[in-house]
Amino acid sequence: MSMVELYNGALNVPEIITRWYAEEAEYNYGAYIPFIGTVREEDAIEGLSFDVYEPILSSWFDAWQVKAQALGAKLKMAHSRGDVLVHESSYIAAVFSPKRRVALEMIEQFVEDFKASAPIWKYDLKNSQRLYAADRSTAIAGAGILGGKR
Amino acid sequence: MVTIEFLGPIQKAPLTLEASSLRDVAEVLKQDSEMAQWLENCAVAVNDTLVATLDTLLKDGDKVSLLPPVCGG
Repeated sequence: MSMVELYNGALNVPEIITRWYAEEAEYNYGAYIPFIGTVREEDAIEGLSFDVYEPILSSWFDAWQVKAQALGAKLKMAHSRGDVLVHESSYIAAVFSPKRRVALEMIEQFVEDFKASAPIWKYDLKNSQRLYAADRSTAIAGAGILGGKR
Repeated sequence: MVTIEFLGPIQKAPLTLEASSLRDVAEVLKQDSEMAQWLENCAVAVNDTLVATLDTLLKDGDKVSLLPPVCGG
């Protein structure tokens, strides 16, 4: 089963998407849809920085891979840890499937669930500080038990 | 003893404490004023599996992780 690829710093996008293309070339997939996330210049940030908790990220990804396999599809994912400057890329998700419809639907569901569930924390790099992006972050489903929410 | 680890932006060193369930862990963390902002929005994993209830039992050597709100990508 393919693993999440984690890199220190920015992703080498051409290398990754070309390699993935080559790796799957013989498997008779009709569709390959990569989603590439690039750091935008906004709010005077110098870049973003990421913490990743790999054990739970891997199990989350493996559960998605099982769903993909049931539809004859395959997922791949790469993410940065540490600093990624503006106009560099920190995230690539990709779906391979026999026909386009499965890949088009799955890339959306996968990227949205990634945003809501994957154990990755984002920080703005601004004035040489690393500031947690609290206002753009989402509590994982079921969060709050220690505070007596449920 | 169980170990409590704080992930991502929670700036706190791991703790070890006696606890037989997550309810015991919650009682200890509620005494800690720096944790107040995190307890209501953190997800909790025991040995790297997310759990949904304070009744989750703990045994010696278990690892409890607190996962604050996420934003990958």
